[in-house]
Amino acid sequence: MDHLASTLPTLLGLAWLVPLVSFTLIVLFGSRMGKAGVLAGYVATGAILTSFLLSLTSLGLWLSEVGPLPEGAPAAVAHDEEDAHAAEGHDTHAADEHAANAHAADEHGHDAHAAHAPVPPKYIAGVWYPLGIFDSLRIDIGYHIDALTVCMFAMVTLIASCIHFYAMGYMHDELHDITDHEVTLSNGHHLHRKGRFYRFFQYLSLFCFSMLGLVIAGNIAMVFVFWELVGICSYFLIGFYIERKSASNAANKAFIVNRVGDFGMIIGLMAIWGSLGTFNFGDIDGQQGIFSLVRPGPEYALTTPDGMVKSAAVEQIAAGEAPTPEKINEWRNNKFGYGLLIVAGLGIFCGCVGKSAQFPLHVWLPDAMEGPTPVSALVHSATMVAAGVYLVGRFYPVFTPEVLLVIAYTGAITLFLAATIAITATDIKRVLAYSTVSQLGYMMLALGGGGWFAGMYHLFTHAFFKSLLFMCAGSVIHAVHTNEMPQMGGLRKKMPWTAYTMLVGVLAIAGAGIPFVIGFSGFYSKDAILAQHLSFASTNSTHAILYYAAAGGAALTSFYMFRLWFMTFAGKPRDHHAYDHAHESPKIMYVPLVILSVFAVGVAWDLPFTDLSLQNLLEQARPAGEVGAGVLWDSLAYPAEHLSHAHEIHVEATLVATSAAIVGFLLALAFYGMHWLDAEDARRQFSPIYRFLVNKWYFDELYDFIFVRPVMFVSKLISDFDRKWIDAFIDSTAHWTKAIARFDDAFDRTVVDGLVNVLAAWTYSVAQSLRGIQTGRLRQYVMFIVVGTVGLFVLVSMFWSFAVAGG
Amino acid sequence: MNLLTAPLGVTPLLIVGAVLFVCGAVCMATKRNALGVLMGIELVLNGANVNFVAFSNPTLRADSQFSLGLDGQLIALFVIVLAAAEAAVALAIVLNLYNNHATVDLDRADELKG
Repeated sequence: MDHLASTLPTLLGLAWLVPLVSFTLIVLFGSRMGKAGVLAGYVATGAILTSFLLSLTSLGLWLSEVGPLPEGAPAAVAHDEEDAHAAEGHDTHAADEHAANAHAADEHGHDAHAAHAPVPPKYIAGVWYPLGIFDSLRIDIGYHIDALTVCMFAMVTLIASCIHFYAMGYMHDELHDITDHEVTLSNGHHLHRKGRFYRFFQYLSLFCFSMLGLVIAGNIAMVFVFWELVGICSYFLIGFYIERKSASNAANKAFIVNRVGDFGMIIGLMAIWGSLGTFNFGDIDGQQGIFSLVRPGPEYALTTPDGMVKSAAVEQIAAGEAPTPEKINEWRNNKFGYGLLIVAGLGIFCGCVGKSAQFPLHVWLPDAMEGPTPVSALVHSATMVAAGVYLVGRFYPVFTPEVLLVIAYTGAITLFLAATIAITATDIKRVLAYSTVSQLGYMMLALGGGGWFAGMYHLFTHAFFKSLLFMCAGSVIHAVHTNEMPQMGGLRKKMPWTAYTMLVGVLAIAGAGIPFVIGFSGFYSKDAILAQHLSFASTNSTHAILYYAAAGGAALTSFYMFRLWFMTFAGKPRDHHAYDHAHESPKIMYVPLVILSVFAVGVAWDLPFTDLSLQNLLEQARPAGEVGAGVLWDSLAYPAEHLSHAHEIHVEATLVATSAAIVGFLLALAFYGMHWLDAEDARRQFSPIYRFLVNKWYFDELYDFIFVRPVMFVSKLISDFDRKWIDAFIDSTAHWTKAIARFDDAFDRTVVDGLVNVLAAWTYSVAQSLRGIQTGRLRQYVMFIVVGTVGLFVLVSMFWSFAVAGG
Repeated sequence: MNLLTAPLGVTPLLIVGAVLFVCGAVCMATKRNALGVLMGIELVLNGANVNFVAFSNPTLRADSQFSLGLDGQLIALFVIVLAAAEAAVALAIVLNLYNNHATVDLDRADELKG
């Protein structure tokens, strides 16, 4: 650990800063990097590749120092598993080996795990640079590195690298001047502008930097800073085609909706800082961080921190009661400060609702499709929306059971709502966007149901297949120049690479797999979520609906994803013009697809013959302590997550998940694959529901009615007041000022100037009349002198007494 | 009284000075020739010099026992030096006047008139 503590902050810090360097370079020299900044693409891609290599090195170091097994599982358990594998003869087939491994882990590992006391995850926390110290409160640029951070770094940089390569192909249009057919100028012409290749990569670099900063952040203040940076980058990227009205509107919408969530987050931050006096996650130099304040050892049960208890008991303290430890304990038992803890949790979650597009702030994400497709891939998998889920995961120890229930319900609503909308959407990218919203709902649902691991697991698997899906969609759009699925069809013959990698993505997101044997990555994570909620429902039967939402969502996911694939790639071409024009994308675009599809298949698998798996790695970062029972709401009790791995729960969840996926698949096949059923017919049959869904549950209209209209109305009133009263007042003031100035001007011109001019004219005329004396004749002057002297002499003689002359 | 032996009073000297002065002044006022005017100036200065010398006579001074009475003579010397210098400068001006106008007639050099 000591070795890690000295190397990891440096390595990951570098991995974090390299994209910033690239961003700075492109900002300064971007427009001079070749034609339309073509070199900027190489700079940014090189930077993110460097980051990826550094992250990979860190991951390797972590594995070699900490080992691949979670803390709670001692070596003995690992041996048991090994033995179990050996008994089942895993040498024959790699595939069998995987299934056996997963199976064995589920059946043996976790019972043993349960017997052990909770162990806090290993982490490295420290400070790079102190920003400010206010008495006992301080803000630093610090780091908090645990297995989750290391995994996130590897995942984010890997996906971002693939997307960078892909984008170099996808954005080639920007290398020369562009006529944007979607923008009509006032003179009726289309907008003609220069290519902005370099600017795209400039934003991408900043985006990666912000996301990595968010992941490595050691305190919530830093999280907040990078949170906002991610937000502004998404704003730039969504509004990349800024001249298009729809794009700039979408960018504004994303930004404003996120602001709404961030408002809640700031409240949460204030609650934490005001009462705890620290923003740090972990303990740094003996100063306790939030986690150890909220969950003091040795049981790591959720405890209202002393600071919050004292904040809640201000009245008692003001009345003279000294806050001794006994007194604080008494207050704590009377639920003092628990409300503040809930406020903190809900506040932080508000931010996550905005970033991760949860109900009711999900409206921005589908509109964000206005950005170029690589951006959608990045935003929807590894960066922006992952940030919200990541923060919920990171902040998990602080959430009270009540807050988690809110999270779970928010997730369930989001999941169901988005999935239903995705069924009717025809824009290929919008289907994927709603699918993202829905999957994010899954993650939140899992986290809220006490499934920390299930939620984070799904975050990782989803990142791979969703970026894959988006890039495939981008490849399709690149080929047919339309987003509308009804104009596609039969494309698999024209673009086999795209079609089959996308099929992999679809299978992964639908959670395809052979139960208990093997499956795509989504199979495992969806399984874990369902199992968790089955376990949760068995403890809290009132909340069983969450489980049904998860199961129903799985069927819907499978249905709309296969619908997408069938409509795009299968059947006969519907638009022959588009079909004839279609072609496979260049290599730089489909090679990343292949790489990602490999990960989409196998990221959840164990590495053969080792204990190395994403599952084990994530388990290392599991926050210490269980969620436990609610304080305000006694009946709410969270089962420990490992209970969801129990045999009967696991089997049921797997069967339900698989059958849900199959039901969805069959439905899609019936409607869109084989045309046994007519989709048009069904649409007519359920036309009210169809209209409701196609209009996205009228959320935009609802918000328009609830928020936009009243705001517009009030603004109109204010603007009228402004125009009629304030403007009138200002105008009259201006009028009077002008009148006074005009009078002043006249006075100045006539009286003052007149006086001066008269004086000047007078002086002039006197001078004129005197100039005649100046004859220039010397002799005359001499005469004057003589006559003058004599005259003076006579005068003096006449008027002075002769005393002067001695008389 | 023997005019040759009787001590000479100031009056005759003042008369001589006045005559010289008036002659000079008249010469300055009437001569159109620049050189003539310069001569007139010399006469005026010499008229003044005579007065200075006359007034420096020890017999005229209240503190005659203690004074050498040289003040007037010294001033006269100064005036002579000054006159010489002034004459040199004035002659240079006259030469320039001649260069520019091919004449030394002062009445024709009236460019500075108002």
